[in-house]
Amino acid sequence: MGYKAALRVWRGDAGAGELADYQVEVNEGEVVLDVLHRLQATQASDLAIRWNCKAGKCGSCSMEINGRPRLSCMTRMSTFEPEETLTITPMRTFPVIRDLVTDVSFNYAKAREIPSFTPDPAVKLGEFRMQQVDVNRSQEFRKCIECFLCQNTCHVIRDHTENEHAFSGPRFLMRIAELEMHPADTADRREIAQDDFGLGYCNITKCCTEVCPEHIKITDNAIIPMKERVVGRKYDPLVWLGDKIGRRAHKDTPAVADPRRK
Amino acid sequence: MSDAESTSDAVVSNDAAATSTAIPGSEPVSAGAADRYAYDVVVVGAGGSGLRAAIEARLHGKKTAIISKSLFGKAHTVMAEGGCAASMGNANPNDNWQVHYRDTMRGGKFLNNWRMAELHAKEAPDRVWELEAWGAVFDRTKEGKISQRNFGGHEYPRLAHVGDRTGLEIIRTLQQKVVAMQQQDAIELGDPEAMIKVYAETTITELVKEDGKIAGAFGYFRDTGRFVLFEAPAVVLATGGIGKTYKVTSNSWEYTGDGHALALRAGAKLLNMEFVQLHPTGMVWPPSVRGLLVTESVRGDGGVLRNSEGKRFMFNYVPDVFRAQYAETEEEADRWYEDPDHNRRPPELLPRDEVARSINSEIKAGRGSPHGGVFLDIASRRPADYILQRLPSMYHQFKELADVDITREPMEIGPTCHYVMGGVEVDPDTGAASVPGLYAVGEVSGGMHGSNRLGGNSLSDLLVFGRRAGLGAAEYVAALTAKPVISEADLTSAAASALEPLERSEGDSPYALHSELQTVMNDLVGLIRRESELKTALVDLDKLRAREAKVSAPGGRAYNPGWHLAVDLRNMLLVAESVAQSALERQESRGGHTRDDYPAMSPEWRKVNLVCSADGAGGVSLRHQPMVPMRTDLLELFDIGELKKYMTDEELAGLPGAAAASGQEH
Repeated sequence: MGYKAALRVWRGDAGAGELADYQVEVNEGEVVLDVLHRLQATQASDLAIRWNCKAGKCGSCSMEINGRPRLSCMTRMSTFEPEETLTITPMRTFPVIRDLVTDVSFNYAKAREIPSFTPDPAVKLGEFRMQQVDVNRSQEFRKCIECFLCQNTCHVIRDHTENEHAFSGPRFLMRIAELEMHPADTADRREIAQDDFGLGYCNITKCCTEVCPEHIKITDNAIIPMKERVVGRKYDPLVWLGDKIGRRAHKDTPAVADPRRK
Repeated sequence: MSDAESTSDAVVSNDAAATSTAIPGSEPVSAGAADRYAYDVVVVGAGGSGLRAAIEARLHGKKTAIISKSLFGKAHTVMAEGGCAASMGNANPNDNWQVHYRDTMRGGKFLNNWRMAELHAKEAPDRVWELEAWGAVFDRTKEGKISQRNFGGHEYPRLAHVGDRTGLEIIRTLQQKVVAMQQQDAIELGDPEAMIKVYAETTITELVKEDGKIAGAFGYFRDTGRFVLFEAPAVVLATGGIGKTYKVTSNSWEYTGDGHALALRAGAKLLNMEFVQLHPTGMVWPPSVRGLLVTESVRGDGGVLRNSEGKRFMFNYVPDVFRAQYAETEEEADRWYEDPDHNRRPPELLPRDEVARSINSEIKAGRGSPHGGVFLDIASRRPADYILQRLPSMYHQFKELADVDITREPMEIGPTCHYVMGGVEVDPDTGAASVPGLYAVGEVSGGMHGSNRLGGNSLSDLLVFGRRAGLGAAEYVAALTAKPVISEADLTSAAASALEPLERSEGDSPYALHSELQTVMNDLVGLIRRESELKTALVDLDKLRAREAKVSAPGGRAYNPGWHLAVDLRNMLLVAESVAQSALERQESRGGHTRDDYPAMSPEWRKVNLVCSADGAGGVSLRHQPMVPMRTDLLELFDIGELKKYMTDEELAGLPGAAAASGQEH
């Protein structure tokens, strides 16, 4: 059932680039990444694509297909009409390195600002006891394959690069939620979630949830509950009183700095 | 335990630098020009074993670089699905290291390096618990402990798991532990990358030696193509496997045997490369995902294999050495899931090599499925919500890629190249290779799994020996009086040879050569091997090597995948030759090496390790090396009757048959 698909693929680097037209053979059952590989092998040996597992598990092959943020290894060609032209472009939010490969270092920088898992040091190896029901939520968030499609699609940074400093993006707001909901974690990241990671910038349009290839309910299960926790913390009269008289047992955990960055 | 270091919450404010390195300058670079960085320990590979090794080296105060061919956190470890084997005894209190040790040796058909198998069985529980303290969130038992699941070849439920995405959990946990250490260094040293740094999308092309010892590693940054030299007295290879030399494989693009080839070229030895595991259950349709892994957990959780007649054929294929442990009827096999203490295991849970061969036989006998596999059926055996809870990734994989709902219909599966048991010969306790300063760990190392690896023993292997190799490298560096110095001349040839494919305007495309190599290995050095085909394979590989020497990859140096593949090809060819030569030499069938012309397992061959070295002319040479006899207290863990199936009479001579059957002292 092979046919030739029309592809418009963005070629270029950080400086400049353009959409290039190709005709590439398509066979039954193939995904977009298969077709890009055939393009590489037969017509464009140096076409830059980032990919690893081709099984939807590593989150490397994120790109925009007809404007939609997708994993190219999980996008079947059968979802398009044979006569349809596919426009394939790099993720728009991140700087282009070359062709379909972008510089996603922003995400690794944000990851390093979030205070890590902080268990009670008194718990010895093998002595953690947690019920399945209590870890279900953190486990849902840990399904994240770090494809960064949610980061790419979130309009807070996609359309406003000026927010990059103040807003960590859905992936890392979810990381905060994951740690906050971890039954064995002792840190308190509620204040920094708002002040340093920009939880308040999210206006719950759920675009992140929509593009998540792992079908994680980022907005409903991570961001909205975090917003509630932050509000709870901010307007809790006991916390307010404790702060006033300087007797609050638990301190807010500060974000982590990189002293080298200005 | 030194993990307290990472878990402090004392932190200051500001923001952080990228994990990937910033590469200065996009100006044209001459062949020899390279950025230089100095480290105590350089870990090549950022999967489970590499990260665990790097963490340990850093915990021992060594300045450590992690070189990752991909982005941080994307390594092949994410593909591990089923779980991590460790005899914690959470699901069955009868489990302990001795039982795990026995299972591992049986799975490897007693060709394992027994000391590695011993260390692995003893230390795996601590390594899993340590991950929990670093933030891993495993599935739980009713008592709130880490849940453990059944798997092929394991006597008790032993695999710590997170649904069917255990590898992702492990790599993310180790990644986050590295980040936690960097955060601590930011506070204490003013620089998160002062002591441990990840160089993402960086490929090592050569190891550098001075005076016979490791002095560094040379490579290039994938994004700019700029060369880089890491000066370091210790290099830990943690590069994974060789699956990309095969056409039908569950492995990702990185699995090009880089570490195997780097070790050979640096003068180290490869052990028993003929043993390549074909996982019994890979997807067979659609063609574009042929080989993609279907986790063994499907069978551990109740799934069964059927042929086109609907028959559970595995009952016909239980070999003599395993007959005592596996059920003879469907009724007994089904009772085992509920009552494992009074029933024998279903034969679908035999070690992988046995199941893969059985499936192959059914297909050859004309009882296969429409697309050339057999059926794996869990839909008729377990309720839909159970399947969704236990096997969520499998559900999505089949739904999205094959339009198959595994809660309603059976899957079509067949064998796929999954793992190489062979690898760099190392000292069991430290991971040290024969070249001073060189270490190897995980899939790139050899010995641990013998002729066949049990499912679940890979993730635990990464952790146990990752820690040991990191420690071994740290101690080696600590004992040095002077660091090696690398001269500029050493780099010129490494740089020139890496650049050659870019400079040729004529020659084969690396993609075409790669595809031909995969066909040779799949068709001639695959699951069932014979002398004539292996000889043909070696001739074909020779021809491919001649063409590889003239391969052409047009384009620039910045993120040029054609060039990257051309550089990887020479590694794949060297590894392929090691596999083919070893496979031709071993005249018996055992584990991941099945010879049509020598179908029996031979106790005489069990005593032989096949060792590959570089022959100095771009190929490999092979020699026999005797197996070190197993320690008596370990031998005594087995029934003498069982040992007789594997070993020669003279090996068992001194062993008191009666004592072995009853009271041991452990």
